[in-house]
Amino acid sequence: MWQFFHKLGSPRWFFDLAGRLMPWLLVSGLLMSLVGLVWGLVFAPPDYLQGNSYRIIFIHVPVSFLAQSVYVMMAAAALITLVWRIKLADMFVKAVAPVGAVLTFLGLFTGAVWGEPTWGTWWVWDARLTSMLILLFLYIGAIALGSAISDEKFAARAVAVLVLVGVVNIPIIKYSVEWWNTLHQPATFTLTEKPKMPMAMWVPLLLMVLGLYCLFGWLACWRLQTEIIFRERKARWVRDRIMAGGRG
Amino acid sequence: MHPTRKKRLTIILFLIGGLALAVGLTSYALRQNINLFYNPTQIADGEAPAGVRIRAGGMVEKGSVKRDPDSLKVRFRVTDFHRSVAMEYTGILPDLFAEGQGVVAMGRLMASGEFVADEVLAKHDENYMPPEVQESLDKAASRTSASR
Repeated sequence: MWQFFHKLGSPRWFFDLAGRLMPWLLVSGLLMSLVGLVWGLVFAPPDYLQGNSYRIIFIHVPVSFLAQSVYVMMAAAALITLVWRIKLADMFVKAVAPVGAVLTFLGLFTGAVWGEPTWGTWWVWDARLTSMLILLFLYIGAIALGSAISDEKFAARAVAVLVLVGVVNIPIIKYSVEWWNTLHQPATFTLTEKPKMPMAMWVPLLLMVLGLYCLFGWLACWRLQTEIIFRERKARWVRDRIMAGGRG
Repeated sequence: MHPTRKKRLTIILFLIGGLALAVGLTSYALRQNINLFYNPTQIADGEAPAGVRIRAGGMVEKGSVKRDPDSLKVRFRVTDFHRSVAMEYTGILPDLFAEGQGVVAMGRLMASGEFVADEVLAKHDENYMPPEVQESLDKAASRTSASR
């Protein structure tokens, strides 16, 4: 068990593990999200009230869900950076922050596109929308802080502190719709409660969520590999790999 | 665990705990500002200030929507199944506006207790279903009411 964690902390060992995982993550991710997307957008029944415009949830819910998960993963990595000073954890934070920012932006954007015909407004300053906007700023702040400080170790700690402080926002996003009066409706898609939609809508949504997780895993591995090569460029094993040709 | 790491972990956990507590207390103190709208019970209890722009939200009461035939003026009642408030709005309503649906209106509470809205937003709930299910639900509802 501990052996595994020690190995996981080694950039070289992880580089090879990522290389082996990536094809599986990519294939299963593409398969699930394509099936989910076509099923959701074409074959799932329309909603009784919103008609076809509700279909944006097949993108909105998975990206928003993942945007929050990515932040939690980043916060866990930030904690590891601060306590155990493992380089790989910081590389992970650096590699996934832009991905999380894009996901959060997509969540906000698709929500606005849906809100215009459904609510009658693009944006309203309710607790859910505002806390999600703060999440976007936290991601952008982590990226900016990381690239503003040139000393690698100091940058890692500063970013980790920022990411850990921001984790307070995650329960606020999740429970905002229950704690306060918001225009945003409570969660339709939860793993803990009975779904608030029929199976013909819920299954494609689940496929989209799982598929997007796999695609995120693939992208995270890819970006981490790039980050490892860059930071360990002086290490002997990286030079040997490059001489031998490519990521392999 | 190594003592220095243990110390660092404890400090960090304490800091996050303290921060969460601070944010929790702040948002609890500001809950009235974070709430997007007042519900009809709060308005009836006099919690909502009169004469200033506020938001009020709830369900549109069944059978309460009256449209003025000559203009875009609409009158309806908004309820939270406990108290209700009368609203007046002039303009185009969102597609989802219907009796039995949720709305959030922005406007002023008049001294008469009536709410004059200048913006009405539809609030959607978390339930989704195909049209056929809704039709059969409606049929079942009308059958039970007819048999009574």
